Amino acid sequence: MSLIAITDVRKSFGSNEVLKGIDIDIARGEVIAIIGKSGSGKSTLLRCINGLETIDSGSISVEGAQLLTEARALRELRLKVGMIFQQFNLFPHLTAGRNVMLSQMVVKKTPKDEAAEIARNMLQRVGLGEKFDAYPDQLSGGQQQRVAIARALAMQPIALLCDEITSALDPELVAEVLAVVKELAAEGMTLVMVTHEMRFARDVCSRVVFMHQGRVHEIGPPEDVFTNPRTPELQQFLGMSQAA
Amino acid sequence: MAQFTVFDILRNLLLATQWTVVLSIVSFIGGGLVGMLVLFARISNRGWLRLLGRGYVELFQGTPLLMQLFLAFFGLALFGISVPAWLAAGLALILWTAAFLGEIWRGCVQAVAKGQWEASASLGMGYFQQMQHVILPQALRVAIPPTVGFSVQVVKGTALTSIIGFIELTRAGTVVTNATYQPFLVYGLVALIYFCLCWPLSRASQILERKLNVAHSHH
Ligand SMILES: Nc1ncnc2c1ncn2[C@@H]1O[C@H](COP(=O)(O)OP(=O)(O)OP(=O)(O)O)[C@@H](O)[C@H]1O
Ligand SMILES: [Mg+2]
Repeated sequence: MSLIAITDVRKSFGSNEVLKGIDIDIARGEVIAIIGKSGSGKSTLLRCINGLETIDSGSISVEGAQLLTEARALRELRLKVGMIFQQFNLFPHLTAGRNVMLSQMVVKKTPKDEAAEIARNMLQRVGLGEKFDAYPDQLSGGQQQRVAIARALAMQPIALLCDEITSALDPELVAEVLAVVKELAAEGMTLVMVTHEMRFARDVCSRVVFMHQGRVHEIGPPEDVFTNPRTPELQQFLGMSQAA
Repeated sequence: MAQFTVFDILRNLLLATQWTVVLSIVSFIGGGLVGMLVLFARISNRGWLRLLGRGYVELFQGTPLLMQLFLAFFGLALFGISVPAWLAAGLALILWTAAFLGEIWRGCVQAVAKGQWEASASLGMGYFQQMQHVILPQALRVAIPPTVGFSVQVVKGTALTSIIGFIELTRAGTVVTNATYQPFLVYGLVALIYFCLCWPLSRASQILERKLNVAHSHH
């Protein structure tokens, strides 16, 4: 059974139909890369999966449970599916350690000592064990993004959604974040990532989804998608991104 | 006729200043509490609550404080409820302060980046948890200088309550003037006392603003 089942999902903003019937089944442990031109609906799809946007029709289920819009059901879902953002979105008034502790304590009611212990472990895991007491603005972009990953991991999600998580980083900081993601993938975490890092998608992902104008235009293992693009749109997209 | 020394005048004025201070504090704290409700109504995701909050703010910002005082004082009397001047004064100032503070704070909450809402939501927090732990602490830093700044308006606003007969600094000034026939001296002293109350507050607001701007990283 698939872990995340996306079935005929449609979403419009006003008269602009952004998702025009998306079907993707994601198995446990899969690493999915979503690629496509700007405006093709990649972010919107991710945001629908964890309920930041509501879908107009179709269905999304996680571990067999339907995604509902009721507030409590949504919070339960979000405990299972974490999200990492392009702009990190760390809480600027809290230290790195507190960032990782907060939702454990507030949402899961984990006692403070235990939450701190988990926070230390998670920061260790992303290579920031010694940054527990640093505030976000004392960290580099790459470090901030790794704290954001630790923060999501602390909730013990079964899947992580990553929306262009290296796009706001200076080129020399991209590798450290991708290394963390690669490690997560190796440990069997289910990942759905929107990315422009084609090399990474090719090396790490189990399947690549090419979105075009609100539809899944091509989907398959990276060797097929990258070496044998079947549609002119994908050929053109790959040509563009190789040239870039 | 008895002779009044400057010391006598000042002593009488300072006695009344107590009431200016008490009324200011009560209005500010009460207004802050009601202002919280106004804030939550203004940013609610329920349309009718937002509308209610907006109506409240526009009503109290769109009419002179003096009219609000008259309405609280004479209006309630029309319904056979006789309100003492201090109660009408406190009530009107609290409601007036709440409208302004609620509106100042709404701006501060809405200045918090949208990503903060999304990140905390994606960690499973509910609305009030997001508010308490993520949004309000950040909004608070921005809110402190204008809030302290507005307290100056509250202090000056209390002067109007003299018109409905509440004995505070301004009213005492009138009474003392009537006894001494030295309006320039008396009102000069009254102004000086107001200045001594207000100036530290507006200075504090400026200093806080600079501090929170410069040291926004050193928590
Ligand atoms: N909240 C919103 N309100 C209105 N329109 C929106 C909203 N969010 C996205 N859109 C529109 O939906 C379309 C798809 O946006 P989306 O962000 O999903 O694209 P994307 O594939 O992630 O693009 P990019 O690569 O630039 O991030 C765009 O036309 C965008 O303008
Ligand atoms: Mg996007």
